Order: sequence, then C-alpha cells, then structure tokens
Amino acid sequence: MLSLQGIDASYQDIQALWGVSMEIQEGELVALIGPNGAGKTTTLRVISGLLKPSGGAVRFLSHDLHREPAHRIVALGISQVPESGRVFTGMSVLENLELGAFISSARRERSATLKWVFGIFPRLEERAGQMAGTLSGGERQMLAIGRALMAKPKLLMLDEPSFGLAPILVDQTFEMVAKINQQGVTVLLVEQNIRAALEMATRAYLLENGRIVGQGSGKELLSFESVRSAYLA
Amino acid sequence: MLESVSQTLILGVLVGALYALVALGLSLVFGVTKFLNVAHGELLMFGGYASFWVFSLLGLDPFLTIPTTLIGLTLIGAILYQLVFVRMVKLPEEAKIKNTLLVGFGLSVILQNLALRFWSADDRGITASYSSMAFTVLGVRLPLVRLASLLTALVFLLALHLFLRKTYTGKAIRATVQDWEAATLMGIDIHRVYFLAFVLGAALAGVAGTLVAVNYSIEPSMGLNWTLKALIVMVLGGLGSITGTLVGGLLLGLTESITSLLLSSNYREVVGLVLFVLILIFRPQGLFGTKEG
Repeated sequence: MLSLQGIDASYQDIQALWGVSMEIQEGELVALIGPNGAGKTTTLRVISGLLKPSGGAVRFLSHDLHREPAHRIVALGISQVPESGRVFTGMSVLENLELGAFISSARRERSATLKWVFGIFPRLEERAGQMAGTLSGGERQMLAIGRALMAKPKLLMLDEPSFGLAPILVDQTFEMVAKINQQGVTVLLVEQNIRAALEMATRAYLLENGRIVGQGSGKELLSFESVRSAYLA
Repeated sequence: MLESVSQTLILGVLVGALYALVALGLSLVFGVTKFLNVAHGELLMFGGYASFWVFSLLGLDPFLTIPTTLIGLTLIGAILYQLVFVRMVKLPEEAKIKNTLLVGFGLSVILQNLALRFWSADDRGITASYSSMAFTVLGVRLPLVRLASLLTALVFLLALHLFLRKTYTGKAIRATVQDWEAATLMGIDIHRVYFLAFVLGAALAGVAGTLVAVNYSIEPSMGLNWTLKALIVMVLGGLGSITGTLVGGLLLGLTESITSLLLSSNYREVVGLVLFVLILIFRPQGLFGTKEG
C-alpha cells in the first residue's frame, strides 16, 4: 500500500534521514520506534508531504507522493495526527471535526462519518459545542484522532498519541488505536511507549540516527537483544 | 453645549465605523498571510476612483457603484498577488512582514503614479443627489449619506464575520490562521487560502474607498493617510477579531472627534498617532487582542 524507497531528508543543512525504506500492507498496524531524534517524526512528515525528501521515492497506491503537495496527499487517503494533537484550540470540537472532513470526498459523507467517530469517542459528542482549547489532554488527543478519521483515511499515521497522558489514558488510547485498525484503517504508529506499541503491532521498524536498523514482527523486535537492553530494561 | 457634545459623539461613531471598514481588509490579510501590505491605502484609492468612474459615466447612485468596485478591486488584488506577493508566501514570518512592507511601499508609489496618469492630481468627490439631506433627532444632525455609509460598513463587517464563522471556506481560513501546518494536514491548500484572503482584503479596501469618495474626496496621494488609519485601528483592536476591528475603529473615530471639540481640529490627525504609539508601548497585543482568532 505504502512504500518508502531510500528516503533521504534534511532540515536545512542537517540530514535527518538516510536511505530509509519501509513497506506497509493494507490492514496492517505498523509501529515505528526508536529514541528521541531518530527521525520518526521526520519520516511521517515526509509521507504526509510537509517535508519534501531530498532523495528517494514514496509510493502510495500507484501515486508518487514525493511529487504531490501536502494537501493533495490527504485527499489521496493519508491522514496524520501530529505530535501533541495540534487541535484548533480557538474553535469548537464540532468545528475541528468538520475541518477534518475538509476534502471533498469526505465532505459528502460527513454526517455518517461523524456518527462513526462519535461512536468511537462518545466523549467528543458530549463536548461537541465546547472550545477545543478547554479540553483536557486526553480529550484533545481523542479530538485529534477523531479529526483525522473524519477524512476517512486509508492510512492513519499517529505521532506519539500517548505522549503526556496519564497511564490509564495511555491504555485507553492504545485500545482505541487497535479498534480503529480492526475497523479496516491501516495504521502507522510512532511511539515512545515501545513495549505497548510492539505488543500491538503487526510489524515494526526500528529507527536510529536516521537509519532503519531493525525490522520484523512486533514480537520479533521485542526479543531483539538491542531493543531489550536499550528500551525495555 | 449638550447638543454639540452629542453631535460630536454621533459624528465620531459615524466616522469610526468607516475607519473600521478601512482597517478590515488590512487586518484580514495580515492575520491570515502575515503580509503587511502598506499599499492598502492605494487599493482604497483605486476603489474610490472605480466608483467615481462608474458614478460619473453611468450616473448610478453612489452606493450602487459598490458591486463594480468590488469586482474591479478583486481583479487588481488577484493580479498584485500573482505578480508580487505570491513570491513571499514561503518566507519565514518575520522576513514576510519586512519584505511585504518594503514591497508594499514600492507598490504604493507605483499605484500613486498610475492614478496621477489616469485621473490627474485633482481632488474628486462623489456627490449624491441627496447629499445635503439630513435627519434631525433631538437637535442632532444625522446626514443621510453618513448614515448610509454607516450601514454599508456594518453590513460588510457582519458579512465577513458570518463568512468566517459559518462557511467551510471561512473555517478553513480561521484554521490556517491558528496553525497552518495542522490546516495543511486537513487537506486545506493554504496557498489558496492566502490568495483568497488577499483578494478579499483588496475588495474590502475597494468598498472603503467608495465610502471615502462619498464622504470626503479622493486624489492620488491620499493612500498613506488611510493606511495609517487602518494600522492605528488594527493596533487598537488587535488582530484576528472583527469585533476588535469595529471597536478599534469606533475608538479612533470618537477620539478624533472629541479632540477636535476640546482642542482644535488641527490635532485630530495627531491624536490617533499618539494613541498608536501608546498602545504599542503598553499593550502591543492591542486592547482586545488575544493570540487566538
């Protein structure tokens, strides 16, 4: 469904990704793990088009994503939940969700999608008229995920959805992600919470210093000596 | 005495609503694109001439020239954006403000000279057949043209407010103001949002120009004065709020008219600039400004 082939990417003069290659099949839940500054967020930004790669290719369902502007990539079926959610705090919960369905294909099915999202996150329905800036951290994260789902993506990319949440909310967030994946949305999950991510993932990639240094099923990576000693000790 | 005070206050409100409309376009453009287009006053001047043209060639009622002026200024805005401003979209915010300031200054000189060529340096005005008519309420004179201008200004302020609150495109504009990167991730093409905001800003400058031509007069070098008024109102009201723009306009109008009553009309122009400096020193986010739209 999605493949990255030898992606190089830089911020000004600093190269952040070196020949990153990845594959995601339809229906999978793929985890991308690694330490801070490894290039996980950069990888997501390259896929969503916010950062254009300096080398390599990104293909998604026969489209060359590295040649498409970011707003077109959403229309092709990829939604990204950015780090810490980035909800529109000066707008209501409902307005945030409406904006999630901005692309024309999603706009037509807006009311049906809204019911689906409210089914997954009943809390958002209770808070529909409230300003997003008044929500708690967990609710904001729900809103950010719900907003991304409003575009009816084929591939949902989540950038550290559990970051900054209380432990009980972290478990809930992972359950939500698993549930969304079971409903047929392919998921690419970037996580610091490595054990939980690997237990849930169909497959996973380990990124260090801008390079892929390990890949396999979630369980395989859990048993990697390097992963165990560095992240799970 | 009481009558002259209430006359002063009423006049302040009437002028203030016009000031709010003058600032509305500039504030919208700056809020969305961070372009500080100091040629805003020249766009207003072109709007005034557009209405003057239609008024004198077709003999239309001054207020009925507004639709053609809107169309004309939309086109001028679109051309200026595609020729000049589109090149500055990708700059970081600070460079954007500085570069558009310089470019806007250059543009204002070019537009002034174009106007000189087309229409000469003569003062022009639009005099409606009913321009001497006025209502008198409790001893206060309410000129009909001023009232119609007030109504026009309020209609455009309200229309923009509703557009930004109620329509999908309006919400996309607000989302872009708050977080353009998150807006991009919603599939919003922020280049189109920038273009739209700029063109809307030019059209709003155009209507303001019509009202200026009807209430005062127009000539090629008038732009700077109106750009300054718009900047003062923008700073008073804070960015990103239409209510703030309206209140800022009213405040400036009232301050000016009270100054001319208490001191002398010679100080009218100065007092706005003094206010401008005081606000920038003590409350740079504006009287009602917040960080969020």
